[in-house]
Amino acid sequence: MDLISEAKISQMASMEKVRYIIDEVRKGKILVLEKGLNPMEEAKLIEMTMSAIQPDEFSGIEMQSYPSNGDASILGKLFKKQGNKRLTVIGPANQLKTLKKDRNLISALVSASK
Amino acid sequence: MSMIKRFKISFSRMFDKLFKKKGACIGIYGPPNAGKTTLSNRILRDWVGNEETMGSVSHIAHETRHAKRRNEVSIESNGHTISLDIVDTPGLATKIDFHDFMEQGMSDSESKKRSKEATEGVIEAVKWLEDLDGVILVMDSTENPYTQVNVTVIGNMEARNLPLLIVANKVDLPDADPGVIKEAFPQHPMVPISALDGVGMDSFYEALAKQFG
Repeated sequence: MDLISEAKISQMASMEKVRYIIDEVRKGKILVLEKGLNPMEEAKLIEMTMSAIQPDEFSGIEMQSYPSNGDASILGKLFKKQGNKRLTVIGPANQLKTLKKDRNLISALVSASK
Repeated sequence: MSMIKRFKISFSRMFDKLFKKKGACIGIYGPPNAGKTTLSNRILRDWVGNEETMGSVSHIAHETRHAKRRNEVSIESNGHTISLDIVDTPGLATKIDFHDFMEQGMSDSESKKRSKEATEGVIEAVKWLEDLDGVILVMDSTENPYTQVNVTVIGNMEARNLPLLIVANKVDLPDADPGVIKEAFPQHPMVPISALDGVGMDSFYEALAKQFG
């Protein structure tokens, strides 16, 4: 399992981040990102994961991040910080299983065997 | 995004809303088996008629594997008529394992084919996010709403400042708890419905007109 600091991930361009995550997860790594991805990067990660799926080799990823603390008011929309990124855990679908998730807790089971 | 840029986008959308005649293009999103196509079919049955449907439905996940668009659906609510282009999208997922289809009785080759088509469908759904004016996010009221698919779709709409309507579907089932969905995403409007039975559809069309009209 790799715990990745915001400093490391913020140096990368969006495409680099997504490529890095897919490559590491395909090697069997579980990644915990200190500040996660922005929503567009999450969508790109889902898209690239689908392209990487191969029967009997790679069935995709398990990814969990917390929902944003969105403020739907006009002031909230104008002044909100970009991305509102929070901790994210990503791993191979066959090794990481989410047991429980709510607004502020992610409980997951990690298995060593595929 | 800078505050000035965000303000410009908000102003431009407000201007479009006031003066643009063209109907908004609204995507119906959600995880597999949430009832997206059932809702699309219900909307067409209520407002288009002629037995027209958006697609077939099935208990096996990823029945819809290509996005389908129906232009100019006129919906009337509270004396106002709005025209929307509706896009029914394939279920979003972060994993697709062909073994899951085999467990539903499909052959090895059928399962692999469906799995490949399902991955293409997810890619198509993600790409559609860039071309929409708003999203109806369908959630299954019997399931935990804090899924990554829901978090990602909501995050994308918030980042783009686009309107979103959450639909808590399947309220006809005994385990349904739409209150949990409201609690999870309190910043967005939510309507409890059963697309299958037609329960709550009047409230849904009112909310639709308010959000996207």
